[in-house]
Amino acid sequence: MESSSLKTEALMAGNDLAKRIIPCLDVKDGRTVKGVNFVALRDAGDPVELAYQYSQQGADELVFLDITATHERRKTIVELVKAVARQVNIPFTIGGGINEISDADILLNSGADKISVNSAVVRNPAFIDELALAFGKQFVVVAIDTKHINGKNYVHLNGGRIATEIETEDWIREAESRGAGEILLTSMDHDGTKAGFDNTLLKKINDTLSIPLIASGGAGNIQDFVDVFKISNADAALAASVFHYGEILIPDLKKVLQQNNIEVRI
Amino acid sequence: MIGIVYYGAGNIFSLTAALDRLGLSYGMIKTAEDFEKYDRYIIPGVGHAGSAMQKLEDTGLVPSIIALRKPVLGICVGMQLLTTHSEEGDSALTGIIPLKTRLFSDKLNIKVPHTGWNKVFQSSDNPLFSDIAPGTHFYFVHSYYIEFNSNFTIALAEYGIKFSAVIQKDNFYGVQFHPEKSGIAGEQLLKNFAHLA
Repeated sequence: MESSSLKTEALMAGNDLAKRIIPCLDVKDGRTVKGVNFVALRDAGDPVELAYQYSQQGADELVFLDITATHERRKTIVELVKAVARQVNIPFTIGGGINEISDADILLNSGADKISVNSAVVRNPAFIDELALAFGKQFVVVAIDTKHINGKNYVHLNGGRIATEIETEDWIREAESRGAGEILLTSMDHDGTKAGFDNTLLKKINDTLSIPLIASGGAGNIQDFVDVFKISNADAALAASVFHYGEILIPDLKKVLQQNNIEVRI
Repeated sequence: MIGIVYYGAGNIFSLTAALDRLGLSYGMIKTAEDFEKYDRYIIPGVGHAGSAMQKLEDTGLVPSIIALRKPVLGICVGMQLLTTHSEEGDSALTGIIPLKTRLFSDKLNIKVPHTGWNKVFQSSDNPLFSDIAPGTHFYFVHSYYIEFNSNFTIALAEYGIKFSAVIQKDNFYGVQFHPEKSGIAGEQLLKNFAHLA
């Protein structure tokens, strides 16, 4: 009875969840790394001002990837997270160098909404379980860099530089079962090409995934975003340079997505 | 002035940041005597509803909260704490609003956690929604939801199932989404709460 009444209600209920557009900012020593070309910016290297501009443009969420390598890293990143949380009224994820529960704890308590983990959980998969237990799975984004080799997809580490023998689809299933709340999948084959997202792989993965999927790698123009949502039905699409260089403005992008009957927040 | 119930189950940095941006003053409630200092209250909350309820019980503040007659706003798990029961850990909650908190069923063919911006439709002219259009998107991130009930649901969301985005009983309000992360609309809702009579 329980299930039949739920089914009836489900048939009547729609799904009003918007597809998300996520600019990604690489940060080192508290400054944005890649060149940013925004007319409105006073200081293009200031991640807080950039984040604020994106929130004003209509970005749905932000991802910061911290590549600071010095021993000062924790202090600088906590200051950055607090500054962003003070000024920005949309959710944001912080990734890079999170190896212990205490790393995640201080970031979440400083105003980050989610943390993203990549190599650390490939090396120690049980860390996903620990994070989900400590904070809830909705705070845990597992980021995966994948590359196509001889007909198969393999997980790569350290920004795609180190290959592993782990097949991407196997790793996604394991991450999901251990308590990942979201998967951020970057295709290294497509990243930087501006030739579109890896829709074939994203669709294959999304079709069997029970948690949200963020598509990443390959965005070059607005049609690429239409295609990734239409073909793969991923929950969100992430990009960096097309936004940073002003090649795609988020209001224009969302207007086209809406014209293509893709639910977006305007 | 808003009193934030301080019980260790809320990542309150983002909430206080939003209130600061809006110029709304607030303080922390740690003891029953603190309630008198404020004219409205926010119960934040993240994580597991059962452990959040345990932490709230440990503060000894629950009887004072139940007795409040000024506006109260529960956010996310703080909203769920207002209900009678959560399927998360089979937990008994405050029971201020006679509703149940349930897990999104895997039969609904939706992804869980419900993550992102979902349209919210208010059912009537509620002052909490002043200057907010029906169908505005708010930011959600949750795996458990409060069932729809026409007596207490003042705004609904649809995500495979119709559920309570906002509930109200007398002076008690609860929002499942995060107004502090919901852009301009979320800030408007916080302002509206701050000005509720």
